[in-house]
Amino acid sequence: MAVITYREALNRALREEMERDDSVFLLGEEVGEYDGAYKVSKGLLDEFGEWRVRDTPIAENGFAGLGVGAAMVGLRPVVEFMTWNFALLAYDAIVNSAAKMYAMSGGQYNVPIVFRGPGGSALQLSAQHSQVPDPWYANIPGLKVCTPATPADALGLLKSAIRDNDPVVFVEGELLYNIKGEVPDGEHLVPIGVADVKRAGADVTIVTHAKMVHVALQAADHLAKELEVEAEVIDLRCVRPLDTKLAIESVRKTNRAVVLEEGWPIAGIGAQVVDDIQREAFDALDAPVARVSGLDVPMHYARSLEKLIVPSPETVIEAVKHVCYLD
Amino acid sequence: MASIEDAVDQEQFSGVPREKLLEILRSMLMSRRFEEKTAESYQVGKIGGFCHLYIGQEAVATGAISALREDDYVITAYRDHAQALVRGMSPSKVMAELYGRIDGCSRGAGGSMHMFDKAVNFMGGHGIVGTHLPLATGVGYAIRYRQTDQVCLCFFGDSVVNGGPFHEAFNMTAKWELPVIYIVENNSYGMGTDIDRVAAVDELFMRACAYQGKRAEQVDGQDVLAVHEAVKRAVVRARDEKRPTFIEAQTYRYLGHSMSDPAHGVYRTRDEVAQERERDPINTFVDRLTDAGVLTDDEVEEMDQQVIAEVEEAATFAENSPVPGPEEIYRNVYSDEYRGGADGRDAWR
Repeated sequence: MAVITYREALNRALREEMERDDSVFLLGEEVGEYDGAYKVSKGLLDEFGEWRVRDTPIAENGFAGLGVGAAMVGLRPVVEFMTWNFALLAYDAIVNSAAKMYAMSGGQYNVPIVFRGPGGSALQLSAQHSQVPDPWYANIPGLKVCTPATPADALGLLKSAIRDNDPVVFVEGELLYNIKGEVPDGEHLVPIGVADVKRAGADVTIVTHAKMVHVALQAADHLAKELEVEAEVIDLRCVRPLDTKLAIESVRKTNRAVVLEEGWPIAGIGAQVVDDIQREAFDALDAPVARVSGLDVPMHYARSLEKLIVPSPETVIEAVKHVCYLD
Repeated sequence: MASIEDAVDQEQFSGVPREKLLEILRSMLMSRRFEEKTAESYQVGKIGGFCHLYIGQEAVATGAISALREDDYVITAYRDHAQALVRGMSPSKVMAELYGRIDGCSRGAGGSMHMFDKAVNFMGGHGIVGTHLPLATGVGYAIRYRQTDQVCLCFFGDSVVNGGPFHEAFNMTAKWELPVIYIVENNSYGMGTDIDRVAAVDELFMRACAYQGKRAEQVDGQDVLAVHEAVKRAVVRARDEKRPTFIEAQTYRYLGHSMSDPAHGVYRTRDEVAQERERDPINTFVDRLTDAGVLTDDEVEEMDQQVIAEVEEAATFAENSPVPGPEEIYRNVYSDEYRGGADGRDAWR
């Protein structure tokens, strides 16, 4: 087991898959000479050359569409968006072209493509640069959506995404690139659409994904130390396919659940998770399921307000206390 | 003994051999007769949805696609029946798709706007104005990436030139020298809006001047051989020099934008349509062939009757093809076993 950063894990996934399969290529803004806006593609241009690591103009719909066309004739493009906020300009290529092609061609043209880049808030980037795109894509049949929280999952899921025969939206955490974690040596693949227990506990279940996994873990540590409440943290890892089986099993054991996400509440990922829990584990619940989400506003620039808008360990602790009737 | 072949004035037909001339005529007749049948079936409710007919524009699809090799790629927008047929899709598969039947090219999932046939490298059938232009760029990218000598031919309508995807695609295609031939079918109207009313520069081929390396030319889209020759030149340029070309084919659609839109009225006059019909691409080509002695009137009539019979067979085939059953619903959402809504969230239980 080596300890590497999330950024290095993504870089390793790209390099391994590009070495393994010469139909895999990377394109996007600043991916080549600049080594990637977040340095995820560091060194790849030198190693693979410009046809496989292509710096594009700032034209998201154009280069995302280019990727879709190349994928239709058998290449495996990895399209990097500098952030998912910019990918809104490519929503048409992703939703109307990539996600629909296999269905509307009657299964003749599959689109093996990965769209990846950072999502979520970072630090004081204000409204247009602090959005969580997960629900926008989770809603679309034809897409798969991965949201890794750890270096090991980033490595294993990106490799699986590149090998997948369907379009995969891969949302990285803008604030996760520097986090470190253990990754297995050798080939490491994580299947798409399988949740994971990130912390075991018997008293309450926290269901979450992406960056909020770390918020949940911080909250869980505090709860254990201060209140002797052992929280089980379930990381969905992907939001389409959305695997809530682990969460439901966990709720059957703990009888209490808090569903946590960074994005907005209405039609958020948590809404679906709560629905699954109430349908499958209604009898097991000792309290209504609580939801913690980002506040329902465009992100503020002021740090004082940004801190209040993004869910914090404190908010999660409050919610856990509520479902445990400790408040 | 002098053959008809010898009698063909090679210059008049730009050196296109007799065999090819007949193939071109047959293709145009097939497009026309097929769509006349389509309109008839639509009117009696056998075809639904949005249905955009190509009648009047046949010379563009036929002239262009007939200049390609079998391993080249073709991609187009939603007015796609003629391109599909000319490219070699069977009329039965196209008609069954229009009828929403299981034997359609997309098993009834696509309908009029989404014809696909991988066997003849026909890549659709795209329903959002302009979105398929970057896709064609990607096909060109894949060709260069694999270092083969295919080309990609991309058709689109005149309204596309004012939108972002046109410029994004043209820029990348020119910059990376991709073997893509873009052909705009300028029929003067984006649905009911005259191009003059919304385009700052309405000589559409001029738009390519902004993209270094992209050659542009304007061609009479009602003259099938003029289109054929223009695309042949573009194919050489794409195959040998890996350079893109932009062709503006000036053409005219006789019917409304779609089946729910009248042929004339609000945005154009009955006289204008009648006048355009005077230079019908099929009639003028037939006249040239018969005048030159390539074909007799009787031979043209015989070919036309064969085509009509084939179209009728296609309609009968479509009529007899089963409608898709419920087991088809989740079939092609993903190419693996995960079936989206089939994990049970999309229905009452």
